[in-house]
Amino acid sequence: MNNRQIIRPEEVLAEYYPPLTDHEAAVEANRCLYCYDAPCTHACPTHIDIPKFIKKIASENVVGAARTILEANLMGATCARVCPVQELCEGACVLNAEERPIMIGRLQRYATDYVYERGIDVFEPGPPTGKKVAVIGAGPAGLTCAGELAKLGHSVTVFEKRELPGGLSTYGIIRLREPVEVALAEVEMVKRLGVEVRTGMELGKNLSFDQLRREYDAVFLSVGLGAVPAMGIPGEEHIIDGLGYIEKSKLDPHGLEVGQNVVVIGAGNTAIDCATIAKRLGAQRVTMVYRRTDAEMTAYLHEYEFAKKEGIEFRFLTQPVRVIAEGGRVRGLECVRMELGAPDASGRPAPVPVPGSEFVLPADQVVKAIGQEKPVLAQMLGLATERGYIKVSDDFETSLPGVYAGGDCVRSRGSASTVMAVEDGKLAAFAIHRKLVPLRAAADD
Amino acid sequence: MADLRINFAGIKSPNPFWLASAPPTNSGAQIHKAFEYGWGGAVWKTIGAPVLNVSNRYGAWHYGSQKMLAINNVELISDRPLEVNLREIRDVKRHWPDRAVIVSAMVESTPEAWRDIVLRIEDTGADGIELNYGCPHGMSERGMGSAVGQVPEYCEQITSWVTSVAKIPVIVKLTPNITNISYPAKAAVAGGAQAISLINTINSIVAVDLDTLEITPNIGGKGGHGGYAGPAVKPIALHLLSQVATTPEVAKSGIPISGMGGISTWKDAAEFLLLGASSLQVCTAVMHYGYRIIEDLCDGLSSWMDSKGFKTVDEVVGKSLWRISDFKDFDLAFRAVARIDLEKCIKCNLCYVACNDTAHQCIDLVDASGNVVQPYSYDVRSNGKHEAVSTRPQPVVREEDCVGCRLCHNVCPVDGCITMVEVPSGRASITWDQLTRERPEVGTDWEAMERYRKEVGIEIH
Repeated sequence: MNNRQIIRPEEVLAEYYPPLTDHEAAVEANRCLYCYDAPCTHACPTHIDIPKFIKKIASENVVGAARTILEANLMGATCARVCPVQELCEGACVLNAEERPIMIGRLQRYATDYVYERGIDVFEPGPPTGKKVAVIGAGPAGLTCAGELAKLGHSVTVFEKRELPGGLSTYGIIRLREPVEVALAEVEMVKRLGVEVRTGMELGKNLSFDQLRREYDAVFLSVGLGAVPAMGIPGEEHIIDGLGYIEKSKLDPHGLEVGQNVVVIGAGNTAIDCATIAKRLGAQRVTMVYRRTDAEMTAYLHEYEFAKKEGIEFRFLTQPVRVIAEGGRVRGLECVRMELGAPDASGRPAPVPVPGSEFVLPADQVVKAIGQEKPVLAQMLGLATERGYIKVSDDFETSLPGVYAGGDCVRSRGSASTVMAVEDGKLAAFAIHRKLVPLRAAADD
Repeated sequence: MADLRINFAGIKSPNPFWLASAPPTNSGAQIHKAFEYGWGGAVWKTIGAPVLNVSNRYGAWHYGSQKMLAINNVELISDRPLEVNLREIRDVKRHWPDRAVIVSAMVESTPEAWRDIVLRIEDTGADGIELNYGCPHGMSERGMGSAVGQVPEYCEQITSWVTSVAKIPVIVKLTPNITNISYPAKAAVAGGAQAISLINTINSIVAVDLDTLEITPNIGGKGGHGGYAGPAVKPIALHLLSQVATTPEVAKSGIPISGMGGISTWKDAAEFLLLGASSLQVCTAVMHYGYRIIEDLCDGLSSWMDSKGFKTVDEVVGKSLWRISDFKDFDLAFRAVARIDLEKCIKCNLCYVACNDTAHQCIDLVDASGNVVQPYSYDVRSNGKHEAVSTRPQPVVREEDCVGCRLCHNVCPVDGCITMVEVPSGRASITWDQLTRERPEVGTDWEAMERYRKEVGIEIH
C-alpha cells in the first residue's frame, strides 16, 4: 500500500477534453464550410442550426452563437459534452470526405460555456399566459419542457424526487464527460426563466397525481427509467449497481470504494463509464464481461475504442452465473462461455451457453450496468403503454388528456439519449402551448 | 534546370527576385543577411529628405484564420542618416558584386536636390536608381512620393532631371493611386527612364477598433490612410502591370518593367512574369515570414519553368500578355457551362445557394430517385448521421440554363469538383466590336437587340 500512488479523483476524473482556447475555436470555426441546408443540422435530433452558430463563433459573436444553440436545444451545454457526435452531427459533416469533421461538440461547448461562465442569459420569460404546468422529473426532458414553457409565458413547477435536479446529467454522466456544475448551471438558467424547481418530491409518496391534475392546466411526465434489473444469479447481493457507482463517483468520489480487480457486467456506454471510473480510481485490473460479441455490444464504437485505450479488458461471449464471496467479501465471478446461435427477438444472434465451460474470473468487486427497467410509473398512474414504455401521441400526449410525457420513459423506439430527451421536452412544450393558448400559439406561427 | 538569371536594363542578378524598397531593406546588415539567403537583389529603402517616424506604423488585414492578407503602413522613407545609408550601400555592393543593388531615392522637387542625390548614389557603386513616385502617405503631403506620381508632368520633369545626370539605369516607380496609370508610365518613358516598376502601395484605412473606436493602427488617438500591400493587392497589381505593359508608348520603348504587389509565392511570381514583368520585387511576404522564403520562390519557379520547357526567364516574360484584351474583343459565341463531378462532390450545397440566391438559378437539388427537391425538406423527426447522409440530395447543374457565370466553380471547396466545360454554342464567332460595326442599332435599340438574339438563337431567362 505504501508504494501506491495517491489518486486524486478531481484530477483523474476531470473533464476529458479541455475547453477550446479562443484561438482553437477561431481556427476550427473558420474551417467550417457553412454548408447550406447542412447535414449536421439534419443529423442533430434537436436540429441546431450548426453552421449558423459556428459562423457566429468565427465572427466573434459568441453570445449569438450560444443563443442559436439554446434556441434549438436548451440543454446545449450538456449535449455539447454527452452527445455521441460521431453518430450525429460530426458523423454527418461533409468534411469527413475531405479531411476530418469539424469539432462541432467542442465548439458548442465553447459557446455555451461562454454564456454560463459570464452569467449571460440569452432568453427572457414570455408575457404571462396565466396557465400552470407541472413537470415531473428534472432531467433533460423535464428541464427543457419547463424552460420552453416559461419562455412562452407559462407558470411552471418542476417536481424532482432526488435531492439535486438535473437527472442523469447530474447523477448519471461521469465527471470525465460532464461535471455536475454544468448540469446545475442549466438548472439555474431554467430557474431564472421563472421556473420553480421543488426537489425531494415524489409521485405516490409526497406528491399526489390527482391533485396535480386538478391544480395544473397540464402535466408533463419526464420520469426516466427504473432501476438496474436484477441478474437473478446467486450472490446477487454482492453486485454493485452501476448507476449508483457513477453517482457516487460524481458526488462523493473520495467515498467511493473501488476494488483492485473489478469486473463490470454489461457492454453498453454506462458499463464502459463504470469501468473507466474503476480504472482511473486505481483498480489494477478492470474486466468487462458481455454475453455476446463486440459486434452486438450497444456501446458506441468510439466508446469501445476509448475503453481499450484506458486499459480496460473485455471478455466477450461470457455469461456470469454466480458471485463467489467468502466472509462477505467478493472473491470472484463464476462465468460460463457462450456461443452465438439463431437470432433472438432483438434480431441479434442469441448467445447460448457452452456446457461445461464454467470458469472463475477473480474479482474483488462486481458492478452491473445492464440497462434500466421500464418506467414503473406508467402502470401506477394507469397510463397506456407501448412495449412497457409510456405511450404518447405525436404531440407527446399520453392516454390521459392533459398529461404529456417525454424522454427515456417514452423511448419505445430508438435508443435513449440526452439529446432525444431534449427534443421531446421541446416539442412537448410546443404542443402543450398550442393546447393551452391556441390563439396565441397560432399568432406566434 | 531553368536559368533564372536576368539582365534588367543592364542590371544583372542571379535570379529575378529583389527585395522591394521597404523595411526589409532598411540597413546593410539586413541586406547582407538577405543576400546570404539567396535574394537576387535589393532595392534600398528610400533615402533622401530628412524624416521623423511615428509608432504604431503597420496595420494588417486578417481574414478568417489567415493572418496578414494585407499590411498597411505609415512608415516614411529611411530615417537613418543619409551618410550611414550611403556607406552601407557601398559596403554591401563591394561584398556582393553579383547581386543587384538599387537605391530608391526621394528628395524635394528641385533639379539641384536630385542631381546631388544621384551623384552620391553613383559614388557608392550601386547598380541603379529607383525614383520613388509612389509613397502615398506623409511624403506626399510634402510634395514628394505619390504627389509626383499622380501628376504626369511632374513625373516627366523630375525623371528627365535625373536621367540627364545619371550614368546608371533609372527606374521610375509608379503609384497605383491614380485613375489611369498609363499616363505616368508614358511620362516616365518621355523623361528618359530606363525602366518602370510598379505598384507602390495603395491608399487604405485598414480597420477601426470596435472596443476603442480608434483607427487601426492607433497613433496617439489618431490614424490615417497608409500604404496597402500584400497578397490582397495582387490582382490589382497584375491589372496595372498589364495595363502599363500594353501601353503602346511603353511597349515601343522596349523598357523593362519590375513587377511587384503581393508576390508571395513562385506562382505569383510566374504570373507577374507572364504579364510582362522581367524583375520581381517582394516585400509583405518577407515581412510575414522572413528572408528564407527566397528558397521556394526560386525552387518553385525553376521547377515550373522546367515543367513548361522554359529555359530562361526571358522566355516567360510577357508570354500571356497578348491575351489581355478589352471586353469588346471577346468572342460572344464562346460558351462554357459548369459541371459538377458527382464522385468528388461532398454536397455542401454552397454552389446551390450561391447560384440560386445570387446568380442565375440553374443548380437543382436532386434526390436519389431523380426528383428535384427543395432544401430543408427532410422530416424534422428524422436525425442521425445515416439518415442525414443517405437522404441528402445532390446538386446538379441544368446545363441548358447555365450562363457560365463561374460562381459555383469559385465557391466550391473541393479541388476539381466543379469545372467549367467549353460547349458549342452553335453560333459563329463574333465580337461586340464586330457586331456593332456591322449592326450599330443592336447597341442602341432593345428591339434590334431582340431581333438579333432571335436570329442567332440567344435566349435569356
